[in-house]
Formats: sequence, structure tokens, C-alpha cells
Amino acid sequence: MDVFSSLADGFAIALTWQNLALALIGCLLGTIIGALPGLGPSNGVAILIPLAFTLGLEPTAALILLTSVYYGAMYGGRISSILLNIPGDEPALMTTLDGYPMAQQGRAGEALALSGVASFVGAFFATWGLVFLAPQLVSIALLFGPAEYFALFTLAFATLGGIASKNQGKAAFAAALGLGIAMIGVDGQTGVPRFTFGEVHLYDGIDFLVALVGLFALSEVFVFLEQRGEATGEAKGKMKLGRITPRLAILAKCVPTMARSTVLGFIAGVLPGAGASLGSFIAYSGEKRLADKEGTFGTGDERGLAAPEAGNNAAAGGALVPMLALGVPGSGTTAVLLAMLLALNITPGPLLFQQNPDVVWGLIAALFIGNVMLLALNIPMVGLFVRVLLVPPRILMPIVAMVSFVGIYGISGSSFDLLVMIAFGVLGWGLRKIDVPLVPIILGILLGNAMEANLRRALTISDGDWSILVASPLAITLWVIAIVGFVLPILFGKRLRRRMAVKKDQAGSASD
Amino acid sequence: MSDRVFGCIGLLLAVFFIWQASQIQLGFITDPVGPKVFPYIIGGVLGLSSLYALIRPDPEARWPRLTTLFEMAVSLAVMIAYAVLLPVLGFVIATVFAAAYLTWRLGTSPLWSLVTGVLTSLGIYTVFHLILGLSLAKGPLGF
Repeated sequence: MDVFSSLADGFAIALTWQNLALALIGCLLGTIIGALPGLGPSNGVAILIPLAFTLGLEPTAALILLTSVYYGAMYGGRISSILLNIPGDEPALMTTLDGYPMAQQGRAGEALALSGVASFVGAFFATWGLVFLAPQLVSIALLFGPAEYFALFTLAFATLGGIASKNQGKAAFAAALGLGIAMIGVDGQTGVPRFTFGEVHLYDGIDFLVALVGLFALSEVFVFLEQRGEATGEAKGKMKLGRITPRLAILAKCVPTMARSTVLGFIAGVLPGAGASLGSFIAYSGEKRLADKEGTFGTGDERGLAAPEAGNNAAAGGALVPMLALGVPGSGTTAVLLAMLLALNITPGPLLFQQNPDVVWGLIAALFIGNVMLLALNIPMVGLFVRVLLVPPRILMPIVAMVSFVGIYGISGSSFDLLVMIAFGVLGWGLRKIDVPLVPIILGILLGNAMEANLRRALTISDGDWSILVASPLAITLWVIAIVGFVLPILFGKRLRRRMAVKKDQAGSASD
Repeated sequence: MSDRVFGCIGLLLAVFFIWQASQIQLGFITDPVGPKVFPYIIGGVLGLSSLYALIRPDPEARWPRLTTLFEMAVSLAVMIAYAVLLPVLGFVIATVFAAAYLTWRLGTSPLWSLVTGVLTSLGIYTVFHLILGLSLAKGPLGF
């Protein structure tokens, strides 16, 4: 089959000594980043993108390094969820429900190993889903004209918050802010400067890497400065691990759970507006309804740990499908991956599969390799990674700040960019305080120019007739999904969030 | 209250944005849409969403106490000074001070902060400059 020969080519690219070494370094580094308090996949990768960029790695190699870091960070994030009951990112929330009780019962090592296996299963089969589904989507994507693309971008923004979004008004504000920032600089089509206030540094626009590192990494430093002395896991780090390999009987018991959760998670990942947090939520609650006959979920049931882990990793894999095939990310983490591709001068979308097959299939092969490597690394070395939790944030956070500065300074060597980054750091901190999501801002900065270009191209074709935006059935469908996706959370979001919170509380009171 | 302030700032920003968009000079070549329309749309969304926050604010956010806020402002000033002085002092010296200050304010004792600052600076210099060959800011002493 076509797909298999492409995949074999991908492996041929990825399986060089240099790339394998990069994958190994990336997995190790990523796991450590994920395990560190306050750092997760998004901000970990955000700090490293400018570094990989300035180091001058070739695209495929840089991609392999950064995806390994990304996957590694997702693995590492489980460590703090299970041992400290602190989820590293939102999708990991469900992992704490049964993972932390297991750790309290002295089965931390087993819980970590089991969740490692579940993550592996979820991610592994989701990558297969990606292999088969993405090329199908590409053939659909070729039907897209500029008007359809404009509708698709709108859809991406409208559904970004997901069903569980807190406040759609604020999500819209964030998206508009990001798009507005993208408008700064010389207009690509007419060559006139916009919003530059005569400042030469602004003619090129705001570099999205500067915004990304400021919003994601530096704002975290400000959060720590604010809560200094309050939140940390320093004292609790001396948890007993117990045995670090899962018993075969338990693994066997979890097989059907993992299978079901992988399918659910993958579907949630592919659909716009669902993303990994919903993937893990659906997987957990579905499994609870189906398998929890003795009422053991929430008290350290292995299946309650395997379900969300398989679900959220499968969703993460599923989210790559629209990102690679259409160039439109559906979640925060894929937005960071999009930033990574754009930094390497690769534009995702249907043409990517034709023009840069080496990049796509190399990336997919890298996903497989990273997965296997992480499983192999994690089970024997989990004791080592657990120690990383003991690094106190008061030492870690200055290092994060300094490395952010190094990365951004490396791109341009100008103090101006550093100041812009600091401004984004403060902005990110303030917006986080009032619950304005940061991901739509990044996505707006990333996609703003492409979105405007498509709008103007569509209207150039129609000679200024705005009805071209709703002229094809495909475009109308996209607009309908966008509107429904934006309105649904307003109607149902509160109820869904309450149910998630109730689950968390029940489990919390059961384990205390 | 926070959300109302936020809504006001957002509205002002939207008005400013739309006004600036109207000031964009048109060139000789242009397309049916031109460089102004998309910014107008963005400004509109910005304004509407700010208005929404004004009318239906979320529950009050938890802001830090004034002393903490002052503390953060000083740290911010240190970072700004770091950004400006980096090309003047060179990476190693500037980073020692900035890292030491931050870790001190996050609760390390003063002497250990200095040690941590020196180690952080030299560590980053070794890994990123000596091993990975990244160019860092050079000061008068060459590092």
C-alpha cells in the first residue's frame, strides 16, 4: 500500500544515528521538563523552539528533537499528577483521580508504570490512526478554496476553547487580540506599514516566538513570584515508590479499558473543539459507567488510571490529524507544535504531504520512535525522574527565565525583542489572573496573516462580492460548525464543567 | 470589578485599534478588500467581547496584596534592566545578578542566592555557548 511505503521512507529518514540520538536526548529532556513543577508540554516546547532554531538544526532533525521533547513532557507530567496530586496540565486532571490514591496506598511505582503503558498504547494506536486518516483528509482539503480556508480558520478559533470553555467572550477577546498583534508590520499584499507607529523594529511584525516564550514561559515565572512560598511540592516528594513494574494480571485487566479509551480519545482529538482534556474526560467517565461495578473508581482503581491516560494520549495523536492535513490546530498543544513547524519554515496543510513528504513521514516515524523509547526509558528510570520533583521552584524558575532570555536573544541579538518578551510575560500573567485563555492569542498571532490573506484572495476572485464566503456547501458547513461550536459551550459548558468538578471533589473526599 | 476594568481597557484598545486602522495609508496597488478591512473586523470582535465582559463580569479574580505586587514590580524592573544591560555587561555577569536576585526573592538565603546565580550563569554559558555553540551577548571582558 501507498501509506506503508511512505511510512517506510519516513523511518529511513528518522533512523539515522544522529536522529536517534536527538530523539533520545529529546525524550530524556522532555520527561524531566514534564516532571518539573510549573513546566509542561506547552511551555517546555515553547522555551526550546527558539533554541532549536538558533542551533541551526535541519528541519527534520529539529522536528524529531522537539516532538520527542513534547511526548516526553506528556509522559513526565504524569509523575507529578500521580505522586503529588498536582496535574501538570489540564488533560492530566483525570489522571490524578485514581493515580494519587494508588500512590497513597504505596503503589506509586506500579501506577507510574501502568500509566506509562496506557499512554504508550493510546499514543501508538493514535499514530496509526494519523497514518491512515491524515492522507484521507488531505484529499478533502484539496477541495478548499480561499473562502473555505477563511471559514476553516474561523472554525478553529470558534471551537478552540472546547465544550468545557469557561467564558466564550474572553476566548473571542483573546483570539481578536492575537489576530490584532499579527496585523502589526508591513502588509504583505500592498506593502504599506500597519500599526508600526514609525518604529522600525515593528516593520517585520512581532515574532511569534517572542510572544510564545513570553506568554507561556515567562508568565509562569511571574506566577511563581506572586505565590512565592505558597504552592510547591517540596516537602511531599518523599513518596514510597513500591514495585516499578506492573503485574501482568493488572495489565490484562486493563486491556479492554485501554482499547475503548484509545478509540474514544482519538475521535475526541480529531473533532474540532474537543481536544485532549475532553478526550481524557470522556474516556474516564465512559469507563466508569461501563466497568465500575464495585464502585472502586476514584479509590485507586487501575482501570481508572489507564482510561484517562490512554484517552488523552490518543486524543493528542488525533489532534495532529487536522493540524498536519489542514494546517489548523484544534488545541493548545497542537498550536505550539504549529509554531514549531512555522519556525522551521514548514507550512502545514494539504500541500505539505505533496511538497515535503520527507518532513511529514519523518515526523510520523519520529512519533513511533519517541513512543517506544519513552516506554523503554520510563519503566526502568522512573526512580530517577521522580527525583526531579525535588528541584525547588525558587532555583528552577530563575533558570527558566534565563533560558527564555537566551533563546530569544539568540534569534535576533536585540534587546528590543527581550523587552517585547517581558511585556508578553506581564500580559500573560495579568490575563491568566482574569481567566482569559492564552492559547487563542498565540493561535491568532500564528494564523492571522494567513487568515487575512485567504479572505482577501477570496474577495479578489469574486471581485469584492462578500457572498463568496458562503457560496459553496463546504463553506456553509464550516460556518455552521463554527457557530454551533461557539454557542454550545455557552449553553452546556457550565453543566459539563460542574460534572468534571464534582468528579474531582468526590475523588478528593474519598482519598483524603 | 476586575472584569469591568478589563472590559473598559479592552474597549479603549478596540477603539484605538480601529482608529489606527483607519489611519493606514493606502498604496497605489490595492485589492478589493485593502489593508484596512480585516483590522476593522478584528477591532469589532475586540470591542464586542470587551463589552460582554463589561456587562456580564465573572466573579472577582484574586489579586495579590500590594506588597506582593510591589515585589513583582521590582522583579519586573530587574528583568527590564537585564534586557537592556545584557549587551553592555555581557551574558555571564548580567545573568549572575539577575538569577541571584530572582532566586533570592523566591526565598533562597542571600549567600546561597549568589552561589545559585553564579552556578546558573556558568551552567547556561557552558551548555549553550561552549557545548552547543550558541552566540550569547559578549561583554567588555569577552564573555
